[in-house]
Amino acid sequence: MSAHGTRGSGTTWVGRAIRRLEDPALITGKGRFTADLPAIHWVRFVRSTVAAGKLTKVHAPKGAMVITAADLKGVKKITPMLHKFNYRPVGQPALADGMVRFTGEPVAAVVAASEEEAEDIADQVELSIDETTPVTDARRALEAGAPQVHAEAPGNVILEGKVKTPDFDTVWNGAHKIVKVEARSRRQNATPMEPRGAHASYDVSTGRVTLTCTTQMPHLTRTAICDVLAFPESDLRVIAPDVGGGFGQKMSLASEYVVLVWLARKLKSSVAWTEDRRENLIAGFHSRDQHITLEGAFDRQSKLVALKADIVSNVGAYSCFPTTCGVEPLMAMAEMPGPYDVQQYACLARGVITNTCTMAPYRGVSRPVITFTLERLMDKAARAFAIDPIDIRRRNLIDKFPYKSAMGLEYDDATYKETLEMAVEAVDVPAFRARQKEARAKGRYLGIGFATFSERTGYGSPAFAARGMEITPGWETVIVSVDPSGFVEARIGSSPHGQGLRTTLAQIIADAIGTTPEMIKVVHGDTDRAPYGWGTFASRSLVISGGATLIAARKVRAKLIKIASHMLEAAPDDIVLADGSAKVAGTDRAIPIAKLAREAYTQTHRFKGEIEPGLTETGHYDPPGTFSNACHDAIVDVDAETGHVKVERFVVAEDAGLIINPMIADGQVHGGIAQGIGNALLEEIIYDDNGGILTATLADYLPPTAHEIPPIELHHIETPSPNSITKAKGLGEGGCIGAPAAVVNAINDALSPFGVEIEEIPATPQRIRAALRSAEKHSAHSRASGNPGP
Amino acid sequence: MKPAPFVRHVPKTLDEALKILADVAPQDGRVLAGGQSLVPIMAFRLAKPAHLVDINEVVGLDKVISDGTTLTIGARVRHAAFHKSVVDNPLGQLLSAVVRHIAHYPIRMRGTFCGSLAHADPASEWCLVVATLDATLVAKSTRGERLIAAKDFFAGIMSTALAEDELLAEARLPLLASDVRFGFNEFNRRAGDFAMAASLVTYRLNAGKIAEARVGLGGAESFPRRIVEAEAALNGKTPGDTVFRAAAEAAAKAIDPLEDHQTNAEYRRDLVRAVVRRALEQSA
Repeated sequence: MSAHGTRGSGTTWVGRAIRRLEDPALITGKGRFTADLPAIHWVRFVRSTVAAGKLTKVHAPKGAMVITAADLKGVKKITPMLHKFNYRPVGQPALADGMVRFTGEPVAAVVAASEEEAEDIADQVELSIDETTPVTDARRALEAGAPQVHAEAPGNVILEGKVKTPDFDTVWNGAHKIVKVEARSRRQNATPMEPRGAHASYDVSTGRVTLTCTTQMPHLTRTAICDVLAFPESDLRVIAPDVGGGFGQKMSLASEYVVLVWLARKLKSSVAWTEDRRENLIAGFHSRDQHITLEGAFDRQSKLVALKADIVSNVGAYSCFPTTCGVEPLMAMAEMPGPYDVQQYACLARGVITNTCTMAPYRGVSRPVITFTLERLMDKAARAFAIDPIDIRRRNLIDKFPYKSAMGLEYDDATYKETLEMAVEAVDVPAFRARQKEARAKGRYLGIGFATFSERTGYGSPAFAARGMEITPGWETVIVSVDPSGFVEARIGSSPHGQGLRTTLAQIIADAIGTTPEMIKVVHGDTDRAPYGWGTFASRSLVISGGATLIAARKVRAKLIKIASHMLEAAPDDIVLADGSAKVAGTDRAIPIAKLAREAYTQTHRFKGEIEPGLTETGHYDPPGTFSNACHDAIVDVDAETGHVKVERFVVAEDAGLIINPMIADGQVHGGIAQGIGNALLEEIIYDDNGGILTATLADYLPPTAHEIPPIELHHIETPSPNSITKAKGLGEGGCIGAPAAVVNAINDALSPFGVEIEEIPATPQRIRAALRSAEKHSAHSRASGNPGP
Repeated sequence: MKPAPFVRHVPKTLDEALKILADVAPQDGRVLAGGQSLVPIMAFRLAKPAHLVDINEVVGLDKVISDGTTLTIGARVRHAAFHKSVVDNPLGQLLSAVVRHIAHYPIRMRGTFCGSLAHADPASEWCLVVATLDATLVAKSTRGERLIAAKDFFAGIMSTALAEDELLAEARLPLLASDVRFGFNEFNRRAGDFAMAASLVTYRLNAGKIAEARVGLGGAESFPRRIVEAEAALNGKTPGDTVFRAAAEAAAKAIDPLEDHQTNAEYRRDLVRAVVRRALEQSA
């Protein structure tokens, strides 16, 4: 363990807050993005203007090249698969084929010589659609007689997970008190700075296509596109250049990319598409649209003894590839118990298909919603028992490790209680309560809210296999080479897009082989250069790619020592790799690593067959997974007259194992919290009754700006993970997992004098005022009838 | 480029601009000043003007002139011109207090005062200012010049009394008496967003009593206007919490609230109640 103040120094590269090696290009305008590439042909997609209907005709202007489903003969539907949970596979055509199922679904691709021309032609394309009644709300879609979105999924249920521990009923029936939360999370869009986009170019000499696209998983994009277009993967190169944010939205296959590759092969030329913001907001994948009813059974000591959840996840019109739409409901089901010790659990989790944009993972995947729900439950339970919200957490947090959850997940060493105490200490709760009391007397409503949570990160193939995924990701491969010039190249299957992996992996390698990060280049995002891998998502890359990197680097180290031992005529145990040289301990004999590398290629005859030529080693890693944890703590100021919420202060006490680069780790937490505050207060995709989308611009869909984000105070504990060979845990998602719960708990604390409960995110000013108005009316009514008000 | 094709005209003189505008007006010709509202609408193809008369190079329209009774603001004057007081009069301070609520800094560097008026977004701060202060708006065309009172200028959401061939050449705001008090308050969900309700109030004190009260309200109805019911609740009264609350309540009752998918009439009235009272508190 180390306190925050001492981080960033030491004798190793790991643990130091060195500046990111990827930043100089990005901050001087030298980044290279998909949309920077020139193309011969440009595409504009014509999208459905209605949510449901039969597509009868596409009217194209004369002479224009307009591709529809009729042209894509032989192109298979994108059909991801789960082999569990009553999953009903539904296929998504690259362009709508006969039916349209959500507003924004791509129907036709206009191809023209410029982006402008394509846009002008697309403006003239008319769609004939016989509209049918859509269903956009998941609970409505479950009702008898609701419109059917896909014939293959009767009742609109695409998957159903059920679990009940053996002693659940007994414990439930014997409980002292049941507390219930009806939580609603509205639909959100990940809103990466760079919307989606792709550029496909055909090489007439080899027949290969190079697809440059803004993706988080280049290899899987290659596999998926070659599957649906039925050609060899060796004929497709996928490049993810600099990617302007993904947050999960770019880990699902965009059907538009399939069309681009098809066009490049048909036209034997280059073709490009850049998504605009409106398209991204209506069709670039959504998430977090869930209803969760959660009931907790407590004993007399306010100990949670059983948990019952009903999870309804609105997964949109199709199932995203490769995870399938099970990603949200199944994640919610598996991790609902969170950081609390509760061994009895019953859950029904359903994925419900509707006439809305398809759901895809978004940073945190369900955990922002389940944490919000569970942390509301704990606050409500504290109130029911008339104890402090901090105390009820103290009584229920897991403190013995390893811990096996009711769902059978194994939690490795963590610090749920310690981070809670750290966050409580940081904020000085008694002083806050005094200030809160004083403010209330003046009509100002301050509140404090806590959220404790566990964040499962860095999980390998067994965890994904538990979902029955036909495509089961998990492992990673890294190839570390020292080339004859003495420079190091690490080729990785992960595909970082802002996470700083070029720097953190270089720090790991630098320590392993005794060199400096500047000597190391991390190569990723190109299927011709990088080994097959799963990309970057699910807070996995530092743990899994980092682990594979360490394994490969240790092999390189062993080989360097072997060569040095040979050349220096010293025992391998006496060789020390440091400062770019191999030295014989206790002597002044040394050889630069660059020289050893040169020998490994050019002087192999000297090794007499005892050492294989070259200096390239491969590492594979497929870990079981590790749980990070944190406590978030928000202080808010609620304007009771307007419903406006200002987040005044935000405190985080976090444990993500060994921290490789404190600056990068802090940046991840900051960014996550910004998105979490957006989820808590601002961001909401809204459909009207006809399935039209009302939030198609950034004037209507409101991500937070710097004004809305308070200073964030971070406190760290570093508990090394036994389930990670680098000892690091993932932390990419934690910020946005805890923030909505902390903020909304703080709002409810602020509004406690009114007897108001907010159980919906975003907690917009309209919703807060509606709750207060109803409380005011109730209170006026009570006064009129002689009852005491709150 | 996202917009539908259009022809951009760049006149150098007012006469030339008016002549081109007269020619292209029947073909959906529009005036382009700062472009901070028009261009985004064009990018979404919600507006597809075939011609734009770009007045950014027209000489003489970039002046802010005070003649001792009136402040005249030309059609090319940017919002940012008001960051500092433009005239040694409470009006200068009022404008510089209000301008900081308009969008974000880069937008204020480009957008224009008169452009905001001609665009007539119900949430526009400048529309609220001219309505509250009863400014006079000067429309020019090849047919001549027309003075339009602010109360007659706004016709609805993004709709004004300007004819297709008329250019809003200047806005004339009356200078304020040296003892005028003012207050401004607006509500939005994020800093820099369109106001969901905004109020500008001015009044003088006559022997400790409120006189000549003006209560302007924007963002809450189709266009900004003075709320006479709220003004009546103030005139002749001693400023203070009870009076301010009564005026705010009168304003909340008097309006025909704008509603949308998130904001119902009750919530809009909540906001009106809050912004009017807060503007009054600020003035006191």
